[in-house]
Amino acid sequence: MLAVVIVITVLFGAGALAAVYRIIKGPSLLDRVIASDVLVATVMCALGAEMALNHHADNLPVLLALAMFAVLGSISVARFMAKQDDA
Amino acid sequence: MMGVTSAAVAATQAAGLAGAGAAASAATSAATSAVPEITPRIPEFSGDPIRDTFTVLLVVIGAVMCFAAGVGLLRFPDVLSRLHAATKPQVLGLLAITADVAVSTPTVGNITLAIAIILFQSLTAPISAHMVARAAYRTHHVRHDLLIRDDLLNREDLQQP
Repeated sequence: MLAVVIVITVLFGAGALAAVYRIIKGPSLLDRVIASDVLVATVMCALGAEMALNHHADNLPVLLALAMFAVLGSISVARFMAKQDDA
Repeated sequence: MMGVTSAAVAATQAAGLAGAGAAASAATSAATSAVPEITPRIPEFSGDPIRDTFTVLLVVIGAVMCFAAGVGLLRFPDVLSRLHAATKPQVLGLLAITADVAVSTPTVGNITLAIAIILFQSLTAPISAHMVARAAYRTHHVRHDLLIRDDLLNREDLQQP
């Protein structure tokens, strides 16, 4: 079980670090929006993995709220971007 | 918790002033019971081999999806292809992980919540992807040399400047 924990920690951490790199480095604002969506999805997957490995389900309402409302940020930025010429 | 700790500290100080060994040992035992020592705890298997196999398999699938999205964000060249990479943990990874929770602790409430999570995520992820892709096309962040075919190229309201 320790090997599984180490492997998924490395994979989740590498994915999250790549998303953070793209947020910092991304050439346009839309790249940053996409990377922040990936970061939210990675956090949701990590919360769910912790729940599944520890055999509890305390964070499922957090996942439900994130699944319902994490979309609002990227929609807002996309609507804002459509009115700009280039950014 | 704070009140218990400060009470234990006050009891220890009072015992130290009084010099009574029995009272001091009682105070330290109260302090250790109030503040449990923290040891790193490794998750354990439940003992059911089929359930454990599915749990490990699904959690590794979800982690691989997140890692693939990170690699895609680093290496893909423009907004639309990065959007393609971002879809993997949003839908497939979360599908695997919520199925993992439902397999790991299978109660009626957990399975209902897992289905609701998958439903709402698969409702909202295409909306945000559509909005981001439309904004990318309208603000000319699409690399046209990478496209094989562009069906919006002859629209008068979307002409390139």
